Amino acid sequence: MVDALRARRHRIEDLAAAVVVWAAALGVTAVFVWILGGLLWRGLGGVSWSFLVQAPRDAGRAGGIGPVLVSTGLILAVCLAVSLPIGLGAAALLAEFASDRHLFGRLVRRSLDVLAGVPSIVFGLFGGVFFCQVLGMGFSIMAGGLTLACMVLPILIRSAEVGFRSVPDEHRHAAAALGLSRASTLFKVLLPAAMPGVIVGVVLGVGRAMAETAALLFTSGYVDRMPGSLWDSGRSLSIHIYHLAMNISGGDANAGASAIVLMVLLLAINLAASFIASHFLQRGVVSV
Amino acid sequence: MNRDAALRLTAFDDVSPRPAPPLIRTCCLSVHYGAKTAVRDVELDIAEGAVTALIGPSGCGKSSFLYSLNRMTDLIPGCRVTGAVRIDGTDVCEPGVDTVLLRRRVGMIFQKPNPFPMSIRRNIELPLKEHGVRGRARRAEVVETVLRDVGLWDEVKDRLHAPAQGLSGGQQQRLCIARALALEPRVLLMDEPCSALDPIASGVVEDLIRRLRGRVTLLVVTHNLAQARRIADATGVFWVRDGAGALVEHGPTDAVFERPAAEETRRYVTGLHG
Repeated sequence: MVDALRARRHRIEDLAAAVVVWAAALGVTAVFVWILGGLLWRGLGGVSWSFLVQAPRDAGRAGGIGPVLVSTGLILAVCLAVSLPIGLGAAALLAEFASDRHLFGRLVRRSLDVLAGVPSIVFGLFGGVFFCQVLGMGFSIMAGGLTLACMVLPILIRSAEVGFRSVPDEHRHAAAALGLSRASTLFKVLLPAAMPGVIVGVVLGVGRAMAETAALLFTSGYVDRMPGSLWDSGRSLSIHIYHLAMNISGGDANAGASAIVLMVLLLAINLAASFIASHFLQRGVVSV
Repeated sequence: MNRDAALRLTAFDDVSPRPAPPLIRTCCLSVHYGAKTAVRDVELDIAEGAVTALIGPSGCGKSSFLYSLNRMTDLIPGCRVTGAVRIDGTDVCEPGVDTVLLRRRVGMIFQKPNPFPMSIRRNIELPLKEHGVRGRARRAEVVETVLRDVGLWDEVKDRLHAPAQGLSGGQQQRLCIARALALEPRVLLMDEPCSALDPIASGVVEDLIRRLRGRVTLLVVTHNLAQARRIADATGVFWVRDGAGALVEHGPTDAVFERPAAEETRRYVTGLHG
């Protein structure tokens, strides 16, 4: 009798837990569908080939986002070109050469934690003063890209460090026993094996950089002409959306269309990354 | 070196077919981890081309001793080695020794097979490139030779580009041996090379060790006494004495197993202890 009651209570508990878990998952999905649906509803009509390649007209109410896409791409390129080598180097240092007790390693790690928590508007202000004024870059794609690089570095380094740490010690021992130098061990054995972690870091970093508005307002500016060089000001996609939505009456339709383009780009980067990661898995570069 | 050990070594020299100066000679070799001494004052001579088995219960410093011979102990945080390891007359414990060159001459095989996460071919080519073997054809030649040496060529020749980690455990271990042989080492240190393998794969690796005798000087740590008897010319027995590992006996394998001098060895090889 008591057992039957207990069994009944367990079943009810299980059921309740299942309902809670499913409701939470459904809630998350519903919010996503709501946002996406609203965007598509408002903006899908505006997305076309000519929208992607044309220059904006009438302050962005008409025309397309061609120069904006180019500026976004250039800002991202500068950001990655700077942050990838520095990030990988720092991650390798933290994971391979600076032990947990190492003072320098601890200092670098603590700095990264602080940097990761700094609001992006602060990065924007810093970039605006340091890159634009002190280094004299002015409002430019270069300044915007460098500011973004500072911002994504903590994310990139932490993921890459996790990637390096997940490489089993056996590979390090095998490399040492074969007389591989530390540099070769790092570049030829550990880096390929750490690749999935690095890719995750790049995707998170690029995602954050693409979505960034505040850090770019004071650095790359919002000139919407086609940039002639990295020293020109260029408007990124997220700033374009912000500007159309906040400052331009009648810009809502194009803001929605631009937002769709941004989301599709982010989705494409995510898919590409998981494709590359599975490619590495198939080659047996990473043992699962 | 105490007198008993000296006598036994002399006896060993008498029975070996061509007495030669030892390739490896350790003097007062001790390995410490922080304040703990893993193995103390090992005096051991290893003849060139011989197979030497190192036996003894777990935790008596066999592996620590092995790791100190090619300075793999450098990789272990807090590990300190005192004494001397003379290989071909050079003390490899000296700070100025180039460990990259040392480990090219003194290779190592681990308990768990550890091929790199890359293709079978690249596993062997990577160290070759690192040590300056130029030319694709030359490297392909070496790859084939060493894979034949370990009896793996016919099994993998059609899938050299396949990931090494798709091989079975025994094949992986033979690949690791092939990879080490590609560098033409004079000494190969093997830390329980068969203990992670099934009996059949273990037998294949054992045959391989026998075939390598004379060509490479082999030191094999093993917990399998029968295996030690089958493969080794000489056997060293490690035991814990006064809180640290020590080499309690060393000599020709037959003598160690049939006429052990140390009480620990007698009890260990007859299965009474350890």
